[in-house]
Amino acid sequence: MARALHRLLGVGVAIALASAPSSGSDLKDLYFGEALYHAYQGQYFEALERLDTELAQYHGLDEPLLDTLHYHINGAEFSVGDFELNYRMHHRAGRAIKAVLEGNVDEAVRNEAAFRLARIHFQKDQLDDALHALGRIQGKVPEAIADDVEFLRANIYMATGRPGDAVKVLRQLKPSEDLTGFAAYNLGIALLQDGHAVEAIEQLDKAGQIKASDHADLAIRDKSNLVLGTILYESADFGRAEQSLDRVRLDGPFSNQALLRAGWAEASAEHYDRALVPWNILVQREPTDAAVQEAMLAAPHAYAKLNVHGRAALMYGSALQSYTGQIERVDASINSVREGEFLKALVREEIRQDKDWVIRLRSLPDAPETYYLMELMASHDFQTALQNYLDLEDLRSKLVTWQSSFDAFEDIIRLRGQNYEPLLPEVDAQFRELDSQMRLRLEQRKHISERLQAMLTAPRPDYLATADERILGERIALIDKQLQGSDSPEAAALRQRAAHVRGALTWRLQTEYHERLTAAHVHLHELNAHVDALNAQYEAFVRTRQAATHSYVGYDVQIARLRERVDGALQRVGIVMARQGHMIETVAINQLKARRERLVAQQTEARYAVADSYDRAARLQSGGEEH
Amino acid sequence: MPLTIRTIALGLLLWLCSVPGWAQDTDRQQMKGLDEQVQEIKSDVLGIAAELSQLEEKLLYPSGTQVAVFVALAEGDPMRLDAVRLQIDGQLVAHYIYSFKELDALRKGGVQRIYVGNVPTGDHQLEVLVDGKLEGGADYSRTEKFSFNKGVQPKLVGLTLAGPGSGRPPIELGNW
Repeated sequence: MARALHRLLGVGVAIALASAPSSGSDLKDLYFGEALYHAYQGQYFEALERLDTELAQYHGLDEPLLDTLHYHINGAEFSVGDFELNYRMHHRAGRAIKAVLEGNVDEAVRNEAAFRLARIHFQKDQLDDALHALGRIQGKVPEAIADDVEFLRANIYMATGRPGDAVKVLRQLKPSEDLTGFAAYNLGIALLQDGHAVEAIEQLDKAGQIKASDHADLAIRDKSNLVLGTILYESADFGRAEQSLDRVRLDGPFSNQALLRAGWAEASAEHYDRALVPWNILVQREPTDAAVQEAMLAAPHAYAKLNVHGRAALMYGSALQSYTGQIERVDASINSVREGEFLKALVREEIRQDKDWVIRLRSLPDAPETYYLMELMASHDFQTALQNYLDLEDLRSKLVTWQSSFDAFEDIIRLRGQNYEPLLPEVDAQFRELDSQMRLRLEQRKHISERLQAMLTAPRPDYLATADERILGERIALIDKQLQGSDSPEAAALRQRAAHVRGALTWRLQTEYHERLTAAHVHLHELNAHVDALNAQYEAFVRTRQAATHSYVGYDVQIARLRERVDGALQRVGIVMARQGHMIETVAINQLKARRERLVAQQTEARYAVADSYDRAARLQSGGEEH
Repeated sequence: MPLTIRTIALGLLLWLCSVPGWAQDTDRQQMKGLDEQVQEIKSDVLGIAAELSQLEEKLLYPSGTQVAVFVALAEGDPMRLDAVRLQIDGQLVAHYIYSFKELDALRKGGVQRIYVGNVPTGDHQLEVLVDGKLEGGADYSRTEKFSFNKGVQPKLVGLTLAGPGSGRPPIELGNW
């Protein structure tokens, strides 16, 4: 049963993840994969935290089609709803799935979303809404959920008091192997509720003989046999009731009830000797179980009917002793619950690591309060309350950790400030100097580039003269200037020589122009690599400089706000947790009190029966002696 | 998948039949009210968690230096992954030993963020060491070295691990 309940708590994740990538290598978005990694481990809070962030980022993008989540967006939208459902956030889960349902998605996806929405409504007891959601399924239903849709429909009909409709649906259903036992049992119950007792008995008889291998199938088969046995017993068909109850496994979750009823079936047919077989098995079992406690009175009753009063007296005596001990244990349990020990036991981490932790609670030597509460703890309402309590405890523990992380953040920020603040003014001053030099050089480069570009259309050989050539040109111009106004033959000869030199220079500049222009472009291009490296270094410096400031400036407001939110949430968690805990304790105490009343009644009955049996035994003995 | 609907079914049956009803109508109403409050708190705390992780990322792993390494398993690979060790530029940055649950989550297609840290922009060396067991029970160990370049944006490094029988490289570096 615990396993089934465990599964109940895990409802949906398999379906949610059906639309997820089948392996890490199919993934395009690593963070979506990370959300799945948490979900597959049952860490729905972490999964939701990751996926909520991813989806918020995705929907905030100008071009979401370029984001890697785009490849999985349908799966992600579905998954978020299912993670919420698994984290028992039905309101948000419903909204998330409705959003998919109303989005632009194909028929199969929409139908699957409608099914999930119906399932959420069903779990929340919103049965009309669940039917309405199922009504939105039209056209092609994905094969993988086709059976589930009809099975859910039948369950809703049964829960809404329409067993006739449930019967119609279940009769048409050809369920997969996994659903066979459940569908067969439900059909039996639906027939019974619809007033077809004979057919119901036949159907439950079939359901009680279905081949089963795993725990859930075996449990539902046992359940079918138990219910059938009870119906037959109440119809006074004790023989068939006995046959049916005999099919319930002796080590299954329904075995105690089955043994008890099997005994009553035999006893009602006045086969007291045969009734003793199941009851004698039962009385050896866990004495806190209600069926075992009932058998403690039933077995000596059978012996008394068989006139074995001595044995009956001994058994009544033993039952009396057991009831007295059990009443003390119940009292201890009530006190323990009142002292908060029950809640403490429920949140014990080492117990919760085990998937069958509810069962293991019973084995805790220092948690007597759990002995009598196994049935209660298996009930759906209690599980919901308990899970809420455990979720609140997890949230509380997270919030407390976060509170301390703010102190750590503030320490980091303070230390960073202490480190950077003395250094940055000097760094900034050096940077400003280098920055101005760099800007100057970049301006020069830009100017040269523009000139070279202009020379492609308007050649200027003089721009490409070397330094020596420019000095030579200036010296020739100076000589020309000095020779001005002199008509001497020496001056004329010098002018001619200067003209030759200028001509040679011009010749060189003109003839080498294209070669020089090409070389200038090559050099400029080579300079580009250096300029790019310089720019990269510049940007890296600016980023690092900004990062230095960002590493300790601007967090105060955000941290203060978060601290306030965490404190507020912690306070709310405390209040709701106290209420939830109080409710769990009240219900547990009420349950224990009911058990106590029953034990007291059984104790009284046993006390009278002991005396009565001893009287009868004595009378029988004295009667025998007289004869 | 049908298991999930069966659980609903079983839950319903338990509810319909044998389990003792614990709640009166008033208790139920009270429980419903509490359940709604719990859902609201969860929603609030999720919001806080999102803002807190943003703050943490900004403060501890700014995008200019952030590097995150993810681990996935090749589809259908039967290798039992025991541990992964990562070194970045010769420094051991992660040594992770996998539990059964974690391995199962990886096998189903989950991706683990094994490491998040800071490196300067530029080229870096990543050394990955994988320890595991093969189907027959033999020990399996592989080491691979990769180079990656850290730019201005956060660097995401994805590693897909595979056993020798898969026909895939034992450790594959993906680009994201």
